[in-house]
Amino acid sequence: MSEAFSRPAAGQVPVLRLGNVLPVTLPGDLHDGMAHRLRQDLSEAVVRGGVTGVVIDISGVEIVDSFLGRVLAELAAQAGLPAARTVVAGMRPAVAITLVELGLTLPGLRTAPTTEAALELLGRTAAPPRAGRGREGSP
Amino acid sequence: MPQHETGGAPGAPAHEVRDFLRRRSEQIAQRWADEPLFRTVFTVSREEAVEAGRAVVDALARVADSRRVEDPDAAGFSAVREQLARMGAARSRAGLSAAQVSSELAALLPPVDRLLVADLERERPERLRECSTALTVLMGTLRLVAMQTALSEIQALTDRQRLQLLEVATPVIKLWDGIVAVPLIGTLDSARSQVVMETLLNAVVDQHARFAILDITGVPTVDSLVAQHLMQTVDAVRLLGAECVVSGIRPAIAQTIVHLGLDLGTVKTRAGLADALGHCLDELGANIVAAAPGGADRR
Repeated sequence: MSEAFSRPAAGQVPVLRLGNVLPVTLPGDLHDGMAHRLRQDLSEAVVRGGVTGVVIDISGVEIVDSFLGRVLAELAAQAGLPAARTVVAGMRPAVAITLVELGLTLPGLRTAPTTEAALELLGRTAAPPRAGRGREGSP
Repeated sequence: MPQHETGGAPGAPAHEVRDFLRRRSEQIAQRWADEPLFRTVFTVSREEAVEAGRAVVDALARVADSRRVEDPDAAGFSAVREQLARMGAARSRAGLSAAQVSSELAALLPPVDRLLVADLERERPERLRECSTALTVLMGTLRLVAMQTALSEIQALTDRQRLQLLEVATPVIKLWDGIVAVPLIGTLDSARSQVVMETLLNAVVDQHARFAILDITGVPTVDSLVAQHLMQTVDAVRLLGAECVVSGIRPAIAQTIVHLGLDLGTVKTRAGLADALGHCLDELGANIVAAAPGGADRR
């Protein structure tokens, strides 16, 4: 199953694998083709099985336009699929403001401040889709 | 415009007024120095008041020279604009309303008019009337310039204060490790809620907060726009991976929200800031328990 993960060519977002989780780091200059490719890669990887969660780190994204907003909205919609749950981590304030002002509040999307917190979130809430947040108050 | 139908030997009324102003500048300045406007602003010495009056007369003569007696933007006025602003400001500080300052400015006309009539008594009555009208229009324009200047000063002050309000009125308070709060006070408009949103989101990121409390106890009214701003802030905080709690919704505001049919269903609300903090601590797992009787003196 490694071939899908081990060919990060130029213009492609690499999909890594950490246990049952697929961490993805979105580059700041994500364009159409890359986003399409990423969605495809992700769904293929999920279909292969053994994946319980996807973490999309967008801390490198400083500017969001309606296109990236739509990509995130679609990812959020994908998050509703049973196989793997998606968490978006590390959104910047400016990006959040833009998304909200574009009207893309992404209601179903799970979010976390950092990738670490996202992994924690995925590990903690194994089965229920929406359980309470953290127990330990570690910063 | 009477000053355009010249042609004859005596010249335009505006130029007649200009010559008169230049000729009599000393007397006019002396008389103005006794008027309340000059007397109360330049309290140090009478000489200073006369000097200021002379500057104004010079400016008026220059405006009359350019024949633009009706134009408050005439170049001649720019020299005295600052001085007029200072005089207007001094009178406002003394507690006079704008209308009172304006009537004090109007009181500058009669002494000049009397001088003009005395000067031109040998002229034809029509000629005298034309010159008098030109002078009156000129003084009216001076009044307009003074009020304009005062207004623009006030506008600048208001702008400055609005900016200060934006900076001052939105502190983000760290209540606990991972919990920040914004106590909102006063009316929320678009500009302010934008600032609130930005400062809150930055604080959430900087302090790795997992909970943000928006306390609206100090917000007098909530309309659909304010509610929309609140929702946006809540959504944006959620996108950052934190949770937003709105607290301090007073009964009147709750009724307004229901009457307006606004849906705050997705927003977590608590009665007061204490309840919101309690909820956040609970979610963080930081339980606060009452001190055991006879135990250590801790909350």
